[in-house]
Amino acid sequence: MIVGSQKPLDEIWEMAKGFKKVLVFGCNTCVAICHAGGDKEAQTLASLLRTRAVQEGLDMTVDSMAVQRHCEPEYFEPVMDKVRKYDMVLSTACGVGVNFLSGRIGNVHVYPGINTSFYGAVEAPGVFTELCAGCGDCILHMTGGICPVARCSKTLMNGPCGGTDKGKCEIGKEVDCAWYLIVERMKALGTLEQLAEVRPPRNWSPGTAGGPRRLTIEHLMDMEESEE
Amino acid sequence: MKSGSNLEKVLASGNPAVTAELGPPMSASPEEVIHKAKLLKGFCDAANITDCQTAVVRISSIAAAKIALDQGLEPVMQMTCRDRNRIAMQADLLGAAALGLKNCLCIAGDHQSFSAAGRLKGHPGAKNVYDVDSIQLAGILKKMRDEGLQEGGDKIEEAPRFFIGSAWTPGGDPMDYRPYRLKKKVDAGSDFIQTQGIYDVEIFRRQMKKAVELGVTERTAVLGGIIVPRSAMMLKYMDNAVAGVSVPKELIERMAKAKEAAGDDKKKARELQEAEGIKITVELIKQVLDIPGVKGVHIQAIEWESAIEGIVKEAGLYPRPGV
Repeated sequence: MIVGSQKPLDEIWEMAKGFKKVLVFGCNTCVAICHAGGDKEAQTLASLLRTRAVQEGLDMTVDSMAVQRHCEPEYFEPVMDKVRKYDMVLSTACGVGVNFLSGRIGNVHVYPGINTSFYGAVEAPGVFTELCAGCGDCILHMTGGICPVARCSKTLMNGPCGGTDKGKCEIGKEVDCAWYLIVERMKALGTLEQLAEVRPPRNWSPGTAGGPRRLTIEHLMDMEESEE
Repeated sequence: MKSGSNLEKVLASGNPAVTAELGPPMSASPEEVIHKAKLLKGFCDAANITDCQTAVVRISSIAAAKIALDQGLEPVMQMTCRDRNRIAMQADLLGAAALGLKNCLCIAGDHQSFSAAGRLKGHPGAKNVYDVDSIQLAGILKKMRDEGLQEGGDKIEEAPRFFIGSAWTPGGDPMDYRPYRLKKKVDAGSDFIQTQGIYDVEIFRRQMKKAVELGVTERTAVLGGIIVPRSAMMLKYMDNAVAGVSVPKELIERMAKAKEAAGDDKKKARELQEAEGIKITVELIKQVLDIPGVKGVHIQAIEWESAIEGIVKEAGLYPRPGV
C-alpha cells in the first residue's frame, strides 16, 4: 500500500488560512490504514483547523468528507458537485489523489495534507516499512524476494557494500542491510549460487528515469468503448 | 601492459607494491595537494586520491590527481558511484585518461548522510545517484579499455587505458560471503584490490585463504589495507564505529599504555602514541605481506602523510623499485 504521514499542522495552516471555505477530503484506502488520511483523520484535522481559525479570529468554514478511493473516478464523481463548492480542498489522499483531483475539479485549489512517502507494509502495529520502489523491472526472483532497489540505500545490484555492520546499513542502526538479508535468505534457500554472476548495469528507463509512466491495457479500453 | 601505470609495472615485476592515500582539501587552492604529494613521492608506487570521502565536498579526485601527477606522484584516482551516472562517469574517465591518469579505483562511496558529521554541515539532503554499482563500474572501465566500447555500446576512438582497482572489506558482514563478492569484483575486471583497514590479521588470513581457493589471487593483486593508528581513541573508534573493521584488544591496550606512560603531558602522550602507532603499522605490514596471495600494502595515514616515509623505510620497503 501507499504509506504517508500527515504534514505538520503549522504547514497545513499556512496553506489553509487564506481561504473561507475549506474541505478536508480523506481517502479510505491506503492512507487510512497508516492513520494519515482516512475519514477519521480528515475529521480530526478539520476540527483542528476550525479551532485554529477561532484562535486566530478568522471567519472560516472547515468541513470534512471522505471517499473510498481518490485514484478512481467512480468513487469521487458522485460527490464532485459538493466538493466544487469549496474554495480549497485539503486532500489527505496520497499524492496520486491530489494530482488526480487537481486534474478534474476545475478552478478550485487542491492542496496536500499529507506527505506521501513510499510503498510499504505493516511490519507491526504502527510500523510501516518500505518494500518496493515501483522500478518497473522486478528482479525479486533473483534476490530471494528482498528488493535491493527499494531497500538498499545505494540501490546496489551486486551484493553488500563495505558499510554493512552486524546486518545493519551504514546510514543507521535501525535500518536493515538489504543485501545482508538477501545473502542470508538465499543461503537458507540454497540459491546463493545465483548471486555469483555479475549483474550488468540496469536499464532504469522502466522506472522514474524513463519519465512519467502510463500503462494501457487494450482489452479493458475496448470493453469501455463497447459499453459506450 | 594494460595501462602502463607505475603501479601495474611494480606488480608485474613481482615486488610487493605500496600505495598510500592523499585526501584533497576543502579548498580551491592546489597547495595542500602539492604539499602532500611531496611528502608521499618516492615512498609509494602510487597514491589514492579520494573522491569526496565521507561525502564531503573537496577538490575532485581527477583534478587533485592531475596536480599530484604534475608533482611526480602517480595517482590512483578514485571514483564513487554516489555522485555520477554512467554518462558523467565515462565522460570523466575519458577526460582523466586524456590528462594522463592511469589508475582508477571503483567504489560505491559513503552515503551522503555521512557528510554531516562533527562540525561539518555537509549535504545530507543531497540526492545520490547509484546508476551503477562499483562492480558494474569496474566492468565499464574494462569494456572501455579492452573492447573500446562505451557501456551503451558506442565505439570509442581512443580507449582510456586504466589499471582497474576495487575495494574489498574482508571483515565485513556477512563475512562468509565476502570472498565471493571479491570474486565478482575480479570477474568484472579488477586488476588490483585494496582492502579496508586490517587490524585483525587472523580474520584477513582466513578470508585470503578462501580467496586463494577461489583462484581469485591469481587474477588480481590484493593490497592489504593498513590504516595507521594515531591514538588509543582512534583505535577504539575504528573498532566500534567503522563497518568491517575490528581491532584486537591487545592493540588498543598497547596504545592505551603508550598514552598512560606520558602521564599528564599531552604533547608527550601524542608523541608516544604516534610512535607506538607507527610500530604497530610496521608489524601489520610485515604480517599482511606474509599472507599467501597478498601482493602489496595500501597504507593510509589519514591527514598524517608525513608518517609514510618512516613507515615505508622501517618496513624495509624503501627504496621503491624503479620500473
